[in-house]
Amino acid sequence: MGRFAFYGQGLPAVEPGELKGKLVVLEGTDGVGRSTHIGLLRQWLESRGHAVLDTGMTRSALAGKGLKAAKEGHTLGGVTMSLFYATDFADRLENEMIPALRAGFVVLTDRYTFSLMARATVRGADPQWVKRVYEFALKPDIVVYLKATVDELVTRVMQTSGFNYWESGMDLRLGEDLYDSFVAYQTRLLTAFDHMAAEYDFQVVDASESIQAVSDQIKGLLEPMLAPPAAPRVPS
Amino acid sequence: MKTYGKHRFPGRLFVVEGIDGSGKSTQLALLQKWLESEGYGTFFSEWNSSALVRDVTRRGKKKRMLTPMTFSLIHATDFADRTEQHIIPPLKAGALVLADRYVYTAFARDGARGVNPGWVRNLYQFAVKPTIAFYFRISVEQAMTRIVGGRDAIKYYEAGMDRQLSGDIEESFRLFQGAVVDAYDAMIKEFGLVVIDASRSIEEQQAEMRKIVTKALTGARKTRIRRWVDLHSMAKASRQLNQAS
Repeated sequence: MGRFAFYGQGLPAVEPGELKGKLVVLEGTDGVGRSTHIGLLRQWLESRGHAVLDTGMTRSALAGKGLKAAKEGHTLGGVTMSLFYATDFADRLENEMIPALRAGFVVLTDRYTFSLMARATVRGADPQWVKRVYEFALKPDIVVYLKATVDELVTRVMQTSGFNYWESGMDLRLGEDLYDSFVAYQTRLLTAFDHMAAEYDFQVVDASESIQAVSDQIKGLLEPMLAPPAAPRVPS
Repeated sequence: MKTYGKHRFPGRLFVVEGIDGSGKSTQLALLQKWLESEGYGTFFSEWNSSALVRDVTRRGKKKRMLTPMTFSLIHATDFADRTEQHIIPPLKAGALVLADRYVYTAFARDGARGVNPGWVRNLYQFAVKPTIAFYFRISVEQAMTRIVGGRDAIKYYEAGMDRQLSGDIEESFRLFQGAVVDAYDAMIKEFGLVVIDASRSIEEQQAEMRKIVTKALTGARKTRIRRWVDLHSMAKASRQLNQAS
């Protein structure tokens, strides 16, 4: 035991040494395919006999709805948004992730503090301030970073939901329309991720490959840290 | 992001701090009346009042979902929204902003809830440093006699019931607010809080407050639009209407 640790000043009344499960983070910018891979990983992990909890941004019981509502309006400022996300994250960490880890689950999280730190710094927040705010986060067992170029992201977004206000960082007024803004905003986010990759030991996976190839690569990264499968493979 | 002490605005920021029942809100309201009568434009901002965040906080409190950490973060979110929308813009415009409770409330309460003091101070780095921060100092016993409505008026989180200090809400309030008072006392020096003895009469306290505020108003703009301007334009508009018909 004693595998888990906080980045800095941790949560009051939580002893990280008593946490048993695995904390697996999938990071990457908008449209890179994170949720597809979370779904595939979940199936794979459960078929191996691991109990899985999956969670992601704005899903907290406390702040999820409020944060979504705030994003519908037009007055949400940069610092306010950062702290709203931090509240959402803290609620999920304390009430979902930590209890699941204590019970020995594999926690799969669609984004972690890294996306939030990137969004905040891109919006002009002081990087040291942001880092300190998220000091209460647990260090994950692994951070898989799905990396794509802006061109690839544009293609994917066009094929799915189309450009939206926040994914294009329209609040930053970086371009004259959604497309220009999306390209400028996502480029800044990608740079922020690149800066974090070494510091936080990201496992970088090229997201431009096929879904199957990317999924296999992620599974290959996770396999060594997991307990062996609960049952031998059924011969096919 | 500009940090605490680094903002430069033509306006002034006056804040009041102290536990519930210290009389700080009454004093701030009296100060506002006076400043407006002197021709200053004032803006009032109250702790925990952001329209964007309020519902989350209210639900969290009602359903008792808040941990010391999320309690701290949701209040910081509320404060950030008010800073971005209601505090910085008027200060830029040269107005006097009056805040009922400020970052020191968070430092005192979150600290009393076991959240790391250094972490909370960092969390609020984006805050504008007040021109003057008044601390209305009073004992918990005296404050309790002033809380209108008696024991039913004491709220769950206000009494620190989430800390399980005591099953009795009055006793819990005494213990928790005692810790908050200790935290305030320790901040007098750290942040240069101006202490007002809140056991004195309302008039005495207000006189002292106005004396201190006066010194900080040198060079401040008088931006309040006087009523005669409105009456004048209304009269003009009505004349035009009469002529048209």
